[in-house]
Amino acid sequence: MSGLNALWQAILVLVGGGAIGFLYKGLDRKLAARLQGRIGPPLRQPVLDVVKLLLKENVVPRTAVPWLFQAAPFLAFVAAVTALLYLPVGSLSPVLHSYGDLVLLLYLLAIPALAMAVGGFASGSPYAVVGAQREIVMMMSYEFPLAIAAVGIAWRLSTLGIGPSFSLATIAANPLWGLVGPLGWIGLFLLFVALLVVTPAELSKIPFDIPEAETEIAGGLLVEYSGVNLALFYLADVIKTLVIAGLVVALFIPYGIAAPLGIAGIGGKILDILFFLVKLFAVIFVAVTVIRVAFARLKVDQVAKLYLLPTTLISLAGLLLLVLDKVVMGG
Amino acid sequence: MKEVRLEPEEMSEKKLEKTCPTCFEVPIGPIHPALKEGIRFTFWVEGEKIKKVDIRPGFMHRGIEFMGTKRNLVQLIYLAERICGICSVSHPLALVQAVEEAAGIEVPPRAQYIRVIIGELERIHSHLLWAGVAAHELGFDTLLHYVWKVREPVLDLLEDITGNRIDYAIPIYGGVRRDIPPEKYPKLKDALRYYRSLVDDFVNFFLRDPSIEARTRDVGILTREEADVLCAVGPTARASGLRKDVRQDWPYFTYPDLEVKALTPEDMGLEVRGDVYDRIVVRLLEVVQSIQIIERCLEEMPEGEITSVPKVAALLAQLKKAEGEGIGRHEAPRGEVIHYIRLEADKEAPVVWKVKAPTYSNFMPWFPMFEDQEIADIPIVAASIDPCICCMERVYLVRGEREEVVWKEELLRLSREKTKRVASRLARHAPWGRKG
Repeated sequence: MSGLNALWQAILVLVGGGAIGFLYKGLDRKLAARLQGRIGPPLRQPVLDVVKLLLKENVVPRTAVPWLFQAAPFLAFVAAVTALLYLPVGSLSPVLHSYGDLVLLLYLLAIPALAMAVGGFASGSPYAVVGAQREIVMMMSYEFPLAIAAVGIAWRLSTLGIGPSFSLATIAANPLWGLVGPLGWIGLFLLFVALLVVTPAELSKIPFDIPEAETEIAGGLLVEYSGVNLALFYLADVIKTLVIAGLVVALFIPYGIAAPLGIAGIGGKILDILFFLVKLFAVIFVAVTVIRVAFARLKVDQVAKLYLLPTTLISLAGLLLLVLDKVVMGG
Repeated sequence: MKEVRLEPEEMSEKKLEKTCPTCFEVPIGPIHPALKEGIRFTFWVEGEKIKKVDIRPGFMHRGIEFMGTKRNLVQLIYLAERICGICSVSHPLALVQAVEEAAGIEVPPRAQYIRVIIGELERIHSHLLWAGVAAHELGFDTLLHYVWKVREPVLDLLEDITGNRIDYAIPIYGGVRRDIPPEKYPKLKDALRYYRSLVDDFVNFFLRDPSIEARTRDVGILTREEADVLCAVGPTARASGLRKDVRQDWPYFTYPDLEVKALTPEDMGLEVRGDVYDRIVVRLLEVVQSIQIIERCLEEMPEGEITSVPKVAALLAQLKKAEGEGIGRHEAPRGEVIHYIRLEADKEAPVVWKVKAPTYSNFMPWFPMFEDQEIADIPIVAASIDPCICCMERVYLVRGEREEVVWKEELLRLSREKTKRVASRLARHAPWGRKG
């Protein structure tokens, strides 16, 4: 019975998530265009793009390793979609909350990037190989701050005796901001900043779109992909954007508005979901849209320096402050 | 001085395989998003570092010089205008100078001022276009859209003055085809004031932006010596600290009176490094310089005729009688453009027409610029000389399948052989050769 229930929920989340993902992608493109002084494409443009790609021929280059080349986009898509099911929506628990936790989500988030790198290496194009190398270097740079931010929060929760602390549902239900002292507050803020900086890198958006870098390596990882395969990568990107933003919201701004307003029941749940969508949009707008119109593309060594040093240091400082806070507050 | 080596064996792939077994080949072009025109770069890279580069032009050859010898001289102006869409007044300006020298045609002073004004307006729009392209190559599309938006007023102004946004059809032998009437001066001055007010923004957006500085500082360095030896021209040479400008060194039109100076980054109080950043600095300085030149021209422009031979039929008749050769040089936005022309009496078309576009000179400096750069630097370094491949192309193989590269020694040998052949033929056939 609960299995069937979970299935229905999963379908609802996937369809809803897909629709919201397309909407936000369209909004991102439209708003970026407005910020650049352009008119921009219509909101439904991402949908049109995917439909067109699905109708196009799927070309596998002669130099590629066919099965690996074909498997990579599928893997990326499945991983992104699965990650969506681990996301708490508003005050609702994640669909798969009993089957995994934050650590699994971090791994699922790493898979689309890895799949793209594998697909790039398998496509046999020098551009894609360069792109894949860059993707791997990028991952080594941004995964560490991301992990620190996630683990830091979960650890602090566990020291407060709230559990299971690695469950995203628990983290979302117990905002840390109110539970820690001033030191922990600063620490949390630093982690929040680190995660916001990591977000565009995780999504390969300017200034961190170096694995694709249109003017340098002509689309890099994706250069040989076409048709359905490219559409799958596109969909994976759309969903992954939602998941990353959702992770930021769940970790740092999980507040609902239904409880403070005193609205209970179905109405409150719907209100919370809507508020959650607004928060998602705010994170995407700040961390993706604004940043990608405000910067030039960086070089891969500059990204590694920017991440391995400052962002890692910021997140480590945040973690240290959380530890100090535990010592001061006595946990 | 770093030795500039371009020997055949240096470029050979076999030698590279020995010294760098992990290198692999990355072809950029002839079709690639970083390139606006077809040219093929072959990079041998190790990781992200460029170890060697080979550049092969020849995809965009249009045979314009040949076409020119099938047209009369007035038609030739309009063909010259279409050599380059951006330097669309620079080529005609160089051509009319060459023909005027060959045919001995005088140009009234007012026409010379108008030529200078149009030439400098073109420099403003060309440099703005370049700035947008450079921003795009860096992945900074916001700046591209901004710069191209503020480029529109100068195009509108040019349309207002000449009737066209791009190919102005203004120069003619002996003067210009359209006057700039005094009632248009306020519009011109307004546009100049507008661009003056934008200069601070440009400095902020391009020179003080940390992400642009990170991508352009110490990237694509061309030292002063290399620029000198490889004959770089235009902003590319000046950004390396070489004070080289046709308007300063061989002044023409009214430039001698305007006392134009070649600008280098030193004029902005910066140390010359010869990198891409310096090329941005120089182009920015030149936009300001062009504004000043046009303002002075508007003040000093005398009244009078705009052409010495107003009737085209009379002009053609005069040109048909002309015999001789001429060279015209003009400082185009991208650097020096040279036109050589040879006229013979009773022939409407030129016998020889030779065009040298600035990119032809700025081509070789690419090699030292690319040395030890990263793959990510390729687009901006390639764009930093503001290349115009179509204008530069001279040869393309149309018959036969064998392609080969002819090196300097071979060229020297071939030309010496030809000299010998010509000399021996002259010795046999020429009247002074038959004596013995």
